[in-house]
Amino acid sequence: MRPFTRHSGVAAALLVDNIDTDQIIPSREMKRVSKLGLGEGLFAGWRYVHDGAVRTGENADFVLNDPAFRDATILLGGANFGCGSSREHAVWALADFGIRAVIASGFGRIFRNNCARNGLLAIELPAEHVERIAALGAKPVDIDLEASRITLSDGTTIDFDVAPADRDMLLQGLDYIDFALRYTDDIDAFVGRDREARPWAHLDASDR
Amino acid sequence: MRRTANDVGIRLFDIDDRRHGITHLISAEQGITVPGLVVACPDSHTCTLGALGAIGWGIGTSDCEHVLTTETLRTVKPRQLRVTFDGTPGPGVTAKDMVVHLIARYTAAGARGFAMEYAGPAVEALDMDARFTLCNMAVEFSAFTGLIAPDATTLDYVRGRAHAPRGRKLEHAGRAWSELRSDSDADFDLEYRIDCGDIAPTITWGTSPEHAVGIDARVPDPEAAADDDAKRAMRLAIDYMGLKPGQPLKSLPIDGAFIGSCTNARLSDLRAAADILRGRRVARGVRAICTPGSQAVKQAAEAEGIHDVFLAAGFEWREPGCSLCFNAGGEGFAPEERVVSSTNRNFRGRQGPRVRTHLASPAMVAAAAVSGAIADSREFGGRDANGQDAA
Repeated sequence: MRPFTRHSGVAAALLVDNIDTDQIIPSREMKRVSKLGLGEGLFAGWRYVHDGAVRTGENADFVLNDPAFRDATILLGGANFGCGSSREHAVWALADFGIRAVIASGFGRIFRNNCARNGLLAIELPAEHVERIAALGAKPVDIDLEASRITLSDGTTIDFDVAPADRDMLLQGLDYIDFALRYTDDIDAFVGRDREARPWAHLDASDR
Repeated sequence: MRRTANDVGIRLFDIDDRRHGITHLISAEQGITVPGLVVACPDSHTCTLGALGAIGWGIGTSDCEHVLTTETLRTVKPRQLRVTFDGTPGPGVTAKDMVVHLIARYTAAGARGFAMEYAGPAVEALDMDARFTLCNMAVEFSAFTGLIAPDATTLDYVRGRAHAPRGRKLEHAGRAWSELRSDSDADFDLEYRIDCGDIAPTITWGTSPEHAVGIDARVPDPEAAADDDAKRAMRLAIDYMGLKPGQPLKSLPIDGAFIGSCTNARLSDLRAAADILRGRRVARGVRAICTPGSQAVKQAAEAEGIHDVFLAAGFEWREPGCSLCFNAGGEGFAPEERVVSSTNRNFRGRQGPRVRTHLASPAMVAAAAVSGAIADSREFGGRDANGQDAA
């Protein structure tokens, strides 16, 4: 996994609450089995104009079509960002578009987990801090995960917290599965004990 | 998918299998999920299985690989919330109305960070189908999961199912399951209480499940919202839905009606809708579709002649699956069409680009379909949360 240590980039603001994963990528844009190439479908319903269901061009009013924010690598959101469907395509689409971090006043749980597993940093901050970052427009925002600190173009600093497990994995670019496999012996021992204690909780091989 | 499932030894309930259906339905129908299990699935509505007294939660693709590879997941223990439903639901008030009312009252983020237990007399009185509906929408409330303590209703449901424990295993399991309940003096991090007497048949007016009101209410006025952000969000939602503040929802003309999804496509849901459809016709200009949640539901419904009621009324009677709940396979309603739907998400574009979705119970969908407009199921003799005749 691509590590996240420090990143500086332009932050595009989508300060609406409850932006769900159907908005981040509609199901009709999830046509490929690869994680790559999904960036084209990112925010498809907002980013493009449609004639009926047919895409006919770009929506000039959408922030990611604004020349100043077209190359944004940071996204600012409201409360409950990424709620709804568990589709990891939402994170893959953001990553494919070039987004490295999402800063919002709250996240859907599954979306936040999916971010950490794909090298995307999800930072939760009070809404007034998110608005403050947005107010500085297209000037670069510096995110230092090691120091857990955001530095704005006017010199303001904002400290943040990320779950320790996610922070470690992101900093080192570790794969969650590789990490868990270090504990294979412990896991096997637990499953063995559980099979004794709760035989009913385990399907027989013939059931599979 | 077929090749991989075969290669690695995963049982696939394929499209032509009589056990095929939406995962959250068939996992319960086949006795694969039983009380006391921890169940993870790459679908956000895995919390549905909490109705069995299992801990189910949705995960992404990467975490699914994690489970399959390591038999484990790394997660933070959630805080604990209890939602108590007191009283008795009135006529036409179903589990769908109970959970949407809950979300409207405490917001779509009202259970963020919490595992939620549904409790109280009105929950204990629900049959299993209704309990699945109640737990299904826990994720729309941002809960880690929602569950109900297993009781006699649960055991009656589980016993005898294909993969459920039997014989000595079942005796052992029964003892363990009877202990899966909160102590009477249990201390929760947060408690919500709802009086079922306050709940009317409910319908959403906006683009989040929290945008919901009783059928007799009007579209709210954004000016009454607490702050500028909330006002803006409400205005955006009202604009998207093609509505005006203060407009009544009842009698609003519709273009589509959909009964399906992991929320409300079980046998009792179809029965409730059929009770309203029997002897009536879908209104001219309304496209009405029913997708049973599983082959088992479809077959049971057909054995009772329910499909004849739907077809005679002018509904399409489809094959099981997620279908128009999320524009699956690209099939949806047309832009700006107004649809009353028994599903769980009224998000923008969820049922097709610019489609306007109003969430409601199956009975409310049926009432709207025959009226050609949003309607009150109680005026059609709908059933209550326990499937009893409202009259």
